[in-house]
This record gives sequence, structure tokens and C-alpha cells, in this order.
Amino acid sequence: MNFYPNDDKSSVKLNEDKNSIKLEVKNIKKSFEGILVIENVSLYLKNKEFVTILGLSGSGKSTIFNIISGLMIPDEGEIIIDGEDYTGKTGRVSYMYQKDLLLPWKNIIDNVALPLVIKGINKKDSRKEVEPYFEIFGLKGYEKKYPHQLSGGMRQRAAFLRTYMFSRDIMLLDEPFGGLDAITRSRIHYWLMEVLEKLETSVLFITHDIEEAIFLSNRIYILSDKPAKVIDEIIIDIPRPRTKDVTTSVRFNEFKKHILNIMDRLY
Amino acid sequence: MRKLQNTEGSKDREANEKPGNWKVNFNKNANMIKQTVDKSISMVFLILLLILWQIISSVGSIPKYILPSPLDVGITFVKVLPDLKDHLLTTLWEAIVGIVISIIVSFVLAVLMDSIAFFKKAIYPILILSQTIPIIALAPLFIIWFGFGLIPKILVVTLVCFFPIVVSFVDGMDSVDSDLLNLMKSMKASKLMVFRHIKLPAAIVSFFSGLRIAMTYSVMGAVIGEWLGGEKGLGVYMMRVKHSYSLDKFFAAIIVIVVLSMLLFKLISLIEYFCMPWKKVKAR
Repeated sequence: MNFYPNDDKSSVKLNEDKNSIKLEVKNIKKSFEGILVIENVSLYLKNKEFVTILGLSGSGKSTIFNIISGLMIPDEGEIIIDGEDYTGKTGRVSYMYQKDLLLPWKNIIDNVALPLVIKGINKKDSRKEVEPYFEIFGLKGYEKKYPHQLSGGMRQRAAFLRTYMFSRDIMLLDEPFGGLDAITRSRIHYWLMEVLEKLETSVLFITHDIEEAIFLSNRIYILSDKPAKVIDEIIIDIPRPRTKDVTTSVRFNEFKKHILNIMDRLY
Repeated sequence: MRKLQNTEGSKDREANEKPGNWKVNFNKNANMIKQTVDKSISMVFLILLLILWQIISSVGSIPKYILPSPLDVGITFVKVLPDLKDHLLTTLWEAIVGIVISIIVSFVLAVLMDSIAFFKKAIYPILILSQTIPIIALAPLFIIWFGFGLIPKILVVTLVCFFPIVVSFVDGMDSVDSDLLNLMKSMKASKLMVFRHIKLPAAIVSFFSGLRIAMTYSVMGAVIGEWLGGEKGLGVYMMRVKHSYSLDKFFAAIIVIVVLSMLLFKLISLIEYFCMPWKKVKAR
């Protein structure tokens, strides 16, 4: 297995088509109270691409997201979005957590419309704007329901739609399906695959689930344990949209074995 | 018993309407019966206590001016109710004005404490300290400062009530998930937006539990204020009848206070129900 060195050279080499790059994380470093958590991480996200950061729990994946979203400022390095420096600036990309974080006092349509309201659009117009998306996201008929009336899977769908309403070109998803049971989870994978086909969005995804990563991603970055650095980058060339059958295919299992080998060597 | 029969009857009816759902209906009704029984237990116990009290007084070992029997109290209650009306309205007015002032003061304090960390550090310990001061000791001071009018009574009510309200307000705002606040921050939401859409609704939920406690205190606070002097009010009435050893009238006033407090408590639950539409709908 070849390890890709994590210097600028490799990312330049991989980013041949500069125009299509949405988001670039350049050599970020971050330590908390003297402990190095992120050691020189560089990665990029192309237009309409689904990229996963795969690593163990507590490997600093969420810190990377906090830096990209602007909630944290890296000690070194920068975040470039559409060619502009967005280091430490919030309000550009949307962020989704494992918890759905839907507001229990708002019905689904108002929850979903909240990002637009925050942007300053009035309640009525924002409702009108989100309404057509309920069909695409398979949430039709749930507009007037309250979050506690929905199943866990449906709540995550609503949270995903809310995330999409904030930023339609770059979404950061931090283990969004980690709290769901296995069956609901694979169902939501097929659903996500379908929905993403209809949208023009780039997704950066965090997970520790190898199968989830392979099924959903165009590319996977494998992260080392703390301090985090990218130790491998794998391109998943299984054609999209992928269906259920993909998960039992030979190619899928080859990827799985390959990744498992890398991770075994790590920890 | 009648209630029990009613639920039985409705069970049969519903079962007939939807034969496939008989099990669900049966469970629902079994639940309702259980609730009714649970509620009646305390009622039955209370009635037993009253009967016991009645027996002890009728046996005659206790003179009426020391402890009147429940029956005497009941008869007196009906008799003096018209006289009590004015006193009742005065007390109710004091309680409600006191509560409204408490809500306003609590709201301002809670918002300030939530938005300015320094302010919270400075004020919160004083708030707790203020609760250790015996109100009964303060009330005479208020009368010296503000006379025998409504103001000292309203002040007592406010002092008693605002603490549970402000604490529940602040706790409600503190209880907001930090991830949710981060999410709002990542969306670049302004402080005002976060307050309006997140913190205020979150605080409202716990605010009501504080308000319900405060409401039951409010009548008591007003009565304590009135004990120490005044022209009208249930407390004033109680002091007067106590001086003439008409304890049956005294107990009648207590009944009025209990009923009034319970009605106010129910009123808050009702307002709460209408303020939180998301709680009305059943879970899936």
C-alpha cells in the first residue's frame, strides 16, 4: 500500500483541475492546552463530490470540521473556499451533527426554514422557499408535524434538509447517522444516494463506519489517531448512483479489505 | 364509581366501532381507569381524615373555639362567603400584581444574567442570599416604609414569587444544548436570533414550572403581608376573626385560600397548555 505524503506537493498534484475545487484545507494544525490534536491536515473537496474523512472516534475529526466551519481558528494553515480565504469565518458552509438538533417547539417546516430566517428572510417567504424541497427529500406530508412525532430516520432527513437550506453547495456532515439503528441507517444511505443525485452539492462527511464510507463516497481520506493526519486517500470508483447490491459486490469488499488492512496497521 | 362506569361504557362503544382496535382501546381505557383510581385515592383519604376530625370534635373533648368541627366550618363557610368576597378580591389583586411584577423583574434579570457573565456572577449569589431572609421579618419593615396600603403586600408577594421564576428562567436558558448553540454560531446567527428562536422558547418551558410554584406562593405571600395590618384582604379578615376566637370563620378563610391557590395553579397549567402547541400533539 502506498502512503501519500502530506505535504503541499501531493495536494497540488491531486488538484489538477483547480477550477472545480470548492473547498481546500491547507496544512492545518491545532493543539489544545499544549496537546497536538491535528498535525498538518490537508484535503480538498471538488464540485458535487462526496468525500469522507474516516477515522476512529476521538481522532480529531470533529475539530477539523469546527475549523472548516469557522467555529475554531487553526494554529496554522488556512481554509480556502471558492478561492477565498475563509479561515475562522462562520456562515459559509453548513454543518450537521449526529444529534438532529431540531427545535421541539417548531414544526418541521419552520425548523427547516430556520437557516433562511437567520439569514434575514421573513417567515412567510422562507416557508415558501423550503416547501418544494419536501418532495425531493421525501418529507412530503410532514411539514406541520413536530419533531417528536417523527422517527429517528425522518428527523435526520429533516435535519439534512435544514443543513442543505443553509448552504446548498458545501455541507459538512459529522457522523449524521451514528445514532440510528443499522436497518434505518442503511435505508437512509439509499435515500441519501438518491437525493444527492438531484442536488448540486459537495459533501464532506465524517464517519468511523467503513461500509458507510465506501458506499457513499467518491473519495475517502483515512485519518491517523491523535494527532490527526491524513495517512491515505482512496478513490472509490464504483459508478453512481449506487444501489443496495453494491454493498455485496466483489469490488466493494475489495475496498473494505484494503481499508481494514490500512487501519489494522495503524492502531 | 360513576366515572368508572362511564369509562367502561365508552370502552364498549369504541370497541364496537372499531373491532380491530379493541386491544388498543382496552389498554387506553385500562389506563384511564387506573388514573381515575389513582386520583380518587387521595380524595378518599382526605374524606376519611375529615370524618375522623368530625368524630373527635363531636365526642366533645375539644371546645369549639379551639377546634371547630368540619361541619361547623362548612356551615360557616357558606354563611360568610358573601362577606369574604371583598377580602378575596383584594388578596387576589395583590397576588396577581405581585406575580406580574415578579415575571417582569425575573425576565429582565434572567436576560441580563444570560447575556452578561459578569452580571450573573455578581447577582446570582445575592439572589440566593435574599431567599434566606425570613419574609415574615421583612413584612413589618415594609409596613413602616410604605404604610398600610397595597404596596407592602405586593412587595411581599413579589419577593416570594420572583425567585422560583428567575431561577427557572435562567436554568431554561442554560439548558440549551451547546451543539445547538454551535450550530447557530456556524450559521452566523445574531445574539438576538439565538435568543428569539432558541433561548426564549427553551426558557418558556421551564419558566412555567417555576411560575406554577410561584403562583401557589403568591396568595400565601399576600396573606402574610395582610396579617401585619391593612384594611382589606383575607389575611386581615383572618386576624380579625382570630381575635374574636371565631375559628370556624378562620378555617373558612383557609378553605378560600386553598381553593384560590389551586384555581390559580390550574389557570397556569391552562395557559401553559395554550402557550406550547407542540406539547398538545401526541408522540408518534
